[in-house]
Amino acid sequence: MGFPHPSHPRETVLLSRHFGDAEARSYAGWMQRGGYQALEKALGMGREQVIDEVKTSGVRGRGGAGFPAGVKWSFMPKERTKPHYLCCNADEGEPGTFKDRELMRWTPHAVLEGCAIAAYAIQAEHVYVYIRGEFTEAIRVMQAAIDEAYAKGILGQNVLGRGVRIEMTIHRGAGAYICGEETALMNSIEGKRGNPRIKPPFPAAAGLWGCPTTVNNVETLAAVPHIIEKGAAWYKGLSLSNPKSTGTKLFSICGNVAKPGNYEVTMGFPLRDLLYEMAGGIPGGRKLKAVQPGGCSVPFITAEEAAGALLDYEGCVAAGTQLGSGGMIVYDDACDIVYQVMRLARFYAHESCAQCTQCREGTAWTTKILQKILRGEGRMEDLDVLVDLGEQMTGKTICVLSDSCAVAVVSAIQKFRPDFEAYIRSGRAVATA
Amino acid sequence: MSQAGTRTHAPGDAPAPPKVFEGAGRRELDAILKRYPDRQAALLPALWMVQAKHGWVSPAAMAEVAEVLGLTVASVKGVVTFYTMYHQHPVGKHFVQVCTTSPCNVCGAEGVVAAFLKATGCARMGATSPDGQWTIVEAECLGACGFATPVMIDDDLIESVTAESVPALVAKYR
Repeated sequence: MGFPHPSHPRETVLLSRHFGDAEARSYAGWMQRGGYQALEKALGMGREQVIDEVKTSGVRGRGGAGFPAGVKWSFMPKERTKPHYLCCNADEGEPGTFKDRELMRWTPHAVLEGCAIAAYAIQAEHVYVYIRGEFTEAIRVMQAAIDEAYAKGILGQNVLGRGVRIEMTIHRGAGAYICGEETALMNSIEGKRGNPRIKPPFPAAAGLWGCPTTVNNVETLAAVPHIIEKGAAWYKGLSLSNPKSTGTKLFSICGNVAKPGNYEVTMGFPLRDLLYEMAGGIPGGRKLKAVQPGGCSVPFITAEEAAGALLDYEGCVAAGTQLGSGGMIVYDDACDIVYQVMRLARFYAHESCAQCTQCREGTAWTTKILQKILRGEGRMEDLDVLVDLGEQMTGKTICVLSDSCAVAVVSAIQKFRPDFEAYIRSGRAVATA
Repeated sequence: MSQAGTRTHAPGDAPAPPKVFEGAGRRELDAILKRYPDRQAALLPALWMVQAKHGWVSPAAMAEVAEVLGLTVASVKGVVTFYTMYHQHPVGKHFVQVCTTSPCNVCGAEGVVAAFLKATGCARMGATSPDGQWTIVEAECLGACGFATPVMIDDDLIESVTAESVPALVAKYR
């Protein structure tokens, strides 16, 4: 299958196998496709064994941070003296990223199965699936799957007759990018403003309602059944470049690209092949100007840097950027990069929770300075001020929203300085603002 | 972005809206409360219930939510104002959010906004149309970047909207 395009022969189709296959959404359809065998297998294994398997597989957090998932699970207390919780982070909001939405709306039972295995492993009796408020279709499809799973004994007091209790509840967000940050997400579930919490304590020590909690991204959890079913060694073997990056990754390609959509490739796949061979390259006879391979919170890279980049955690760093969430934003040479950078800064200013001064003021002033440049009223010193501001916004706040804004703006100035200088020199105002 | 309506409401200047958490509403809330270990956790779901019934979250509704969940009105208001999807003012019959963040922006999203304003007769973003039918706002990333430009009309997410396809879309919802 594949959605919105048929799967490309060079894709490694694991998580996206049933994208576009509406019958895979129902319990019956999912069982026909081999559903819940991994959960059966996991419940027959010891909890520690499940955690070890996931640890050995090398799967890293697909939400953007890339922290090894099995290691995260192993931080949970072995003795349960308080309730343990699992949160499935489906607050997908990183501009450029739309993979979790597809996972939930085409393969809800795959997400559910991953959640159930994780919950068993970390002794969580309740899973909260935090879905962003705008994903109304994903919420409907996931709720239908959860209802069916309860009816079939996959969820509830006695999962698959094994005496394990797993409850699952969808918690609908209400429009806040920051709630994708794991501690903000927990506050939002608790019915509070989505302000990130100071760490430590980390969620495994004190998370939801002060209890041990693990937060995993949808895509990470969806990979778990495959790891349990086919084994860690097999999953680890899915690596084309650096052995520290394993498995498959969904890349959401968007912006100025001929065939936007999700493409699933083995870690280490060349960016160039993904962009030109699978996604059809840049439309309209134009040329590539810049790419953000991991959502808007990672550094911009130029066409030259993108040409040799390999898509895994280390490969992206070597190319001067990051893998992030895999939301690949493509900008062609007709793009006004200064204007787009202002739009990104404005996004962060809008989404800042405003707890930390560096972020609240930094994102707002970054936006104002960029808008001034776009009005044709900029001075050359403004570029230095923006870079200096970026330094003040990095590594100084409770979460990394501020850093993300800085990284996008500063990398754009470094890579495309002549574009910024042209506005300042000419005193010309942007046509579209 | 700004979702300010065209009207302002002083407390007490409107008749009290019907209660949300009575009868079937109360039973729905009780079922939600069973899913959480404390009452405050039901705040976001309760606010969604309010908005589904009234179309916005009025000061009177905030007071009702505070009462049923045992919270202060100030803390409820603090939450309502944090999340952009709760309307703090009445909006048009159809609430339209157009994503204009960079991935959609480079695909012509601002033209889609302009087309919506023109087709609905809204004077500007955030202002309700004279017939009370439409409110158009820009949204920051709707999470469907591969289907530029995604637009939410009420609870429906519509993919791949172009400036040219807007008039037909507006006619469909009108």
